[in-house]
Amino acid sequence: MPEMAKVILKLGDDISTDAIYPGRFMATVLPTETPQFAFADYAEFNAKLKSGEVAPGGIVVAAKNFGCGSSREQAASTLKGWDITVVAKNYSRIFLQNSINLGLRTVICPSLEAEEGDELEILADKVVNRTSGKEFPTEPLPPARQAIVDAGGLIPYARQKLVEMRKAAPAAPVAPQIYN
Amino acid sequence: MGMTVVEKILARATCRSTVKVGDVVEPAVDLAMSHENAALVINQFQEIFQDTGMDATVWDPSKIAIIFDHRIPAESSKTATNQKKIRDFVATQGITKFHDIRGDEGGICHQILPEYGYVRPGYVVVGTDSHTTSHGALGAFAFGLGATEMAAVWALGRVLNVEVPSSIKVVVNGSFGEWIAPKDLILYLIGRLTAEGANFRVIEFHGSAISKMPVSGRLTISNMSMEAGATAGIVPADDETELYLRQEAGVTDDIERVLPDADAVYEQTIEIDAAKLVPQIAKPHMVDNVSPIDEVEGVELNQIVIGSCTNGRLDDLEIAAAILRGKKVARGTRMLIFPASWRIYKRALESGVLMDLADAGAFIVNPGCGCCLGVHQGALGDGEVALATTNRNFKGRMGNPEGEVYLCSPATAAASALTGVITDPRKVGA
Repeated sequence: MPEMAKVILKLGDDISTDAIYPGRFMATVLPTETPQFAFADYAEFNAKLKSGEVAPGGIVVAAKNFGCGSSREQAASTLKGWDITVVAKNYSRIFLQNSINLGLRTVICPSLEAEEGDELEILADKVVNRTSGKEFPTEPLPPARQAIVDAGGLIPYARQKLVEMRKAAPAAPVAPQIYN
Repeated sequence: MGMTVVEKILARATCRSTVKVGDVVEPAVDLAMSHENAALVINQFQEIFQDTGMDATVWDPSKIAIIFDHRIPAESSKTATNQKKIRDFVATQGITKFHDIRGDEGGICHQILPEYGYVRPGYVVVGTDSHTTSHGALGAFAFGLGATEMAAVWALGRVLNVEVPSSIKVVVNGSFGEWIAPKDLILYLIGRLTAEGANFRVIEFHGSAISKMPVSGRLTISNMSMEAGATAGIVPADDETELYLRQEAGVTDDIERVLPDADAVYEQTIEIDAAKLVPQIAKPHMVDNVSPIDEVEGVELNQIVIGSCTNGRLDDLEIAAAILRGKKVARGTRMLIFPASWRIYKRALESGVLMDLADAGAFIVNPGCGCCLGVHQGALGDGEVALATTNRNFKGRMGNPEGEVYLCSPATAAASALTGVITDPRKVGA
């Protein structure tokens, strides 16, 4: 996303993964197909995303415990599909991990004050609200997560580990082959 | 310094003598469970192997469990196609712990794993389902994760970058009053901790009320520890754990108990007197929106649900039958029963429990996740209200954002079925 982006949706506490990606769409799993159901039960917002009235690359602002509930990864991939950045006071564990794994940008900003339509600039250690002129410090991701972000997501990170591991201990024991 | 259960399990799983809160470790996995979302895991798994020149083979097919439960029988061609893809993968990879849509071995993943002895005390169990916390009931460290993380586990046999979590000790002493259940205990605890009170933490259960609690009840409290945000909810293994694994799961090999040290360090300790608990209700639309039943008595109900991985076990169905036997579900209210597995279903059939419930007017549905997650088998209409023994009441949860879901124990659900409004089971009795 560009350094500066607009708040496209402001939410409160305890936004569940059912709110982000309702359970009735769980048969849809592929990241290429999940974006259509982003915030499906916020029908107006979902319609604006799909019509282009709300442009991709925007910011969703939330309060505490964002992404609580189900482990469904669709909740992260559906937002990633719209190139959304989430800025919240804090996150539920599994959602945060899924976001990092998929490369969905999640910012931890406990004191943020922002309204829909505000322009935010996200810097390394703070969020600047360009509309109000106020600055809010951000917190780093939990230490174990940064390595995955740096690798570009869990798939490349795990691939790297896989190559190291199977080189060190070449594959699982293989049953003796019988040649006819 | 002493260690908690989770610290001990993570030390063992990383071949260390000790770990402490905040350490970053890569524990070896003893069991990796998925359900229909294995379709996505397969995708991500194959992507990890891309351009490595290696065959995409799982690290250990005997340690992977796949159980179809979320949408069974398939509610759509999309689900059926995903299930077909998973079946093919299971066959190709030689995965043995596979539970298809079958009446002889099917059921909800969080019931199948204990029933079949797939989980043991001290295990590291991961599942692509947030309620994987259930298996802490057997003294394991069991936690939920997403599909991509599971794909990495299938490839590597370990979980990458786990921070050793701190633990909250919950001590429950005393005896439950009549018609008060483990569900009332865990709802009360969630109300007290809030939905994020245990986020990134483990709940460790202790006390005489836990010692006396059968594994079925422990599965309920470990299952719903997730609703306080907990990474895991662990009941340290004891005689009851061993009895269950021997009798129910037919385990014959050694069972090692991983117990906390006497000087283990906890972030906080919460003490609860079980005797003081009254029936608890979680009100729409958050699980931590909990109140004693007297605040919501009389709320009119369109649908009542007993079942799910939280409360679909034999003793749950027996309590419901005891209350409903020879009586009728109130007209205007529909009652759905989802046993947690076919083993439970058939036992309830043999003992007459299902007959009693059906004669009372309850609608018996096949074992599975059913309407809990809002896909099929019991969606709510606009403006309808449900009372359920399931674990979540988020907006839209039972298939309709215009519906409302209250959560309760099986006894409260059954008592309310008689009247069609939220009813205190202590006033109805059996």
